[in-house]
Amino acid sequence: MAKLLEVRNLTTRFRTERGAVMAVDDVSFEVDAGETLAIVGESGSGKSVTALSLMRLIPNPPGEIVAGSILFEGQDLLKLSDAEMQAVRGDRIAMIFQEPMTSLNPSLTVGLQVGEPVQLHRGASWKAAFAKAGELLSRVRIPDAKARVDAYPHQFSGGMRQRAMIAMALACQPKLIIADEPTTALDVTVQSQILSLLKELTRETGAALILITHDLGVVARYADRVSVMYAGRVVETGTAREIYKKPQHPYTRGLMACVPRLDGALGDRLVPIEGAPPDLTRLPPGCAFAPRCSVAEPGCLTARPVLEDVGGGHRKACFVAVDSGVPVHA
Amino acid sequence: MLDANVADAPLLVVEDLKVHFPVMAGTLFQKQVASVKAVDGVSFTLKRGETLGLVGESGCGKSTTGLAILRMLDITGGRVVFDGQDITRHDRAAMRPIRKRMQMVYQDPFGSLNPRMKVVDLIAEPMIVHDILPNSAARSDRARELLALVGLRPDMADRYIHEFSGGQRQRIGVARALAMSPELLICDEPVSALDVSIQAQIVNLFQDLQQSLGLTYVFVAHDLAVVRHISDRIAVMYLGRIVEIADRETLYKRPQHPYTQALLAAVPIPDPEIEANRPQVAVTGEVPSALRPPPGCRFHTRCPRATDVCRVDEPALRDLGGGQMVSCHHA
Repeated sequence: MAKLLEVRNLTTRFRTERGAVMAVDDVSFEVDAGETLAIVGESGSGKSVTALSLMRLIPNPPGEIVAGSILFEGQDLLKLSDAEMQAVRGDRIAMIFQEPMTSLNPSLTVGLQVGEPVQLHRGASWKAAFAKAGELLSRVRIPDAKARVDAYPHQFSGGMRQRAMIAMALACQPKLIIADEPTTALDVTVQSQILSLLKELTRETGAALILITHDLGVVARYADRVSVMYAGRVVETGTAREIYKKPQHPYTRGLMACVPRLDGALGDRLVPIEGAPPDLTRLPPGCAFAPRCSVAEPGCLTARPVLEDVGGGHRKACFVAVDSGVPVHA
Repeated sequence: MLDANVADAPLLVVEDLKVHFPVMAGTLFQKQVASVKAVDGVSFTLKRGETLGLVGESGCGKSTTGLAILRMLDITGGRVVFDGQDITRHDRAAMRPIRKRMQMVYQDPFGSLNPRMKVVDLIAEPMIVHDILPNSAARSDRARELLALVGLRPDMADRYIHEFSGGQRQRIGVARALAMSPELLICDEPVSALDVSIQAQIVNLFQDLQQSLGLTYVFVAHDLAVVRHISDRIAVMYLGRIVEIADRETLYKRPQHPYTQALLAAVPIPDPEIEANRPQVAVTGEVPSALRPPPGCRFHTRCPRATDVCRVDEPALRDLGGGQMVSCHHA
């Protein structure tokens, strides 16, 4: 069966004052119907630009998708006209952003914004769209939803605004939801409420979810598969269980080792990854992680590794063979 | 660390601390119509060399508590005793000698450091303010020494803050806080703006500095895993009050307050197999407004175990033994 989404060699370039930057550099991944893929990375890894590229929301200038294809239900989104793409956004693919306060219009009621996709994509009357909005808001468990359609975003708490964003995303029963750090701005108890709700609703509707996050705990709890990004590239991908049990790339291993865990041994020292993520305008010619890598070999500084299968769909972009299971940074 | 000499006087004693902010209304003649009880009866003590973690969600009063200890805010009620000296009502002049001994590390070093000043001047500035080293060459030497202490190269002293990465900026923030050779550092979310790979570097730095300089920390943060890693004892705050305080092992292994339990359950563990078998304890709702905290136990509106008594009576912090204190009718 064809994949719901197949991204091939996606490359997004930004022009900056200090030269061109490949924010997303030859990235490939796929998403099956109904599954949750987490894209993990630190700031500047290209995870959010990947999400915006999928939605074709890259501001041009300075950004531009310069290569690759995004096959969604067999159709290359990069070949669509702007109007055709507009018809896809919010209908078959929906996006949830990190900061609901900046992505909701403060001067329009919540009901109007949540119902808008129905009016826009389904040709429903505004009256019907409002009714639908009330339904959607109660589906994301906003108490007293029918009365809340007339509220403005500032009258909602952070968690409720994010619930409203989810309601809006669900409005047209999308096949794919892209959530870019949907709970980073929220408190932990609210974070788990929102993510569990999102997961439950995608399960109910059969929608696939791309979850963009920097939080390895969130990935472990909610994702089926994981792609780890570093400096614009996917360095490792596989099922969540594989990645956590047998991380192959030294960066993934480093990430796992440097995060304190609630169930970790007390008194151990954290094992940080030395150095800092690279400046994308001055990437080294070889592997971007090589300068921080504790197992780098001379070859890593000159040639770039590509993703290679290490078994069972688990792939890594690294020249160095490592014994699985033993984190090299520990 | 818990059984240290009992005779050791605590470095910091906070007793029934209250910080209330007035809420004003009216267009021409403003008058106070209510108050936000940001901190409302917080007590704890801190020994020399110890780290107390203050955790809780936004609005719980953890940062306000930190600012009040430093007397950067007016204290409404209660006492703050630093090294035997009651500083609750100290004026600016009386606070001056104390300020050298307690310093703050902020979350966002870029927002708290002047971008037009060279790093050397940023670090030397507090020395000028407090008349530590009279001559500028000596101050500059000391600044370079401090840079080395926080893991930066002394030759970076002549650069500006924008030339540094997030982790390096936080190191500079720490160096500046250390310029006065303080005994107590109040660290307000010092690693939460940093990427995970950098977080570990800074957490290790805090631990190394504590070892070598004998520092005492109040570590304010919302990340429970980081707090567990760095703290000896942890106080969990909710709507201006401490709901539970215990040493870290007890708090994480045998949390007694339903809010502590909910907080811990909400934090995912980076291991899919553990997560798959972990019971999902969902706490409903969000933190109510601090302007109108619920009567009785402040957590009762979200608590799965709330009963009638919780809606009426505010529970006091009770000692459960072994240094664990909990304010819950059902614990």
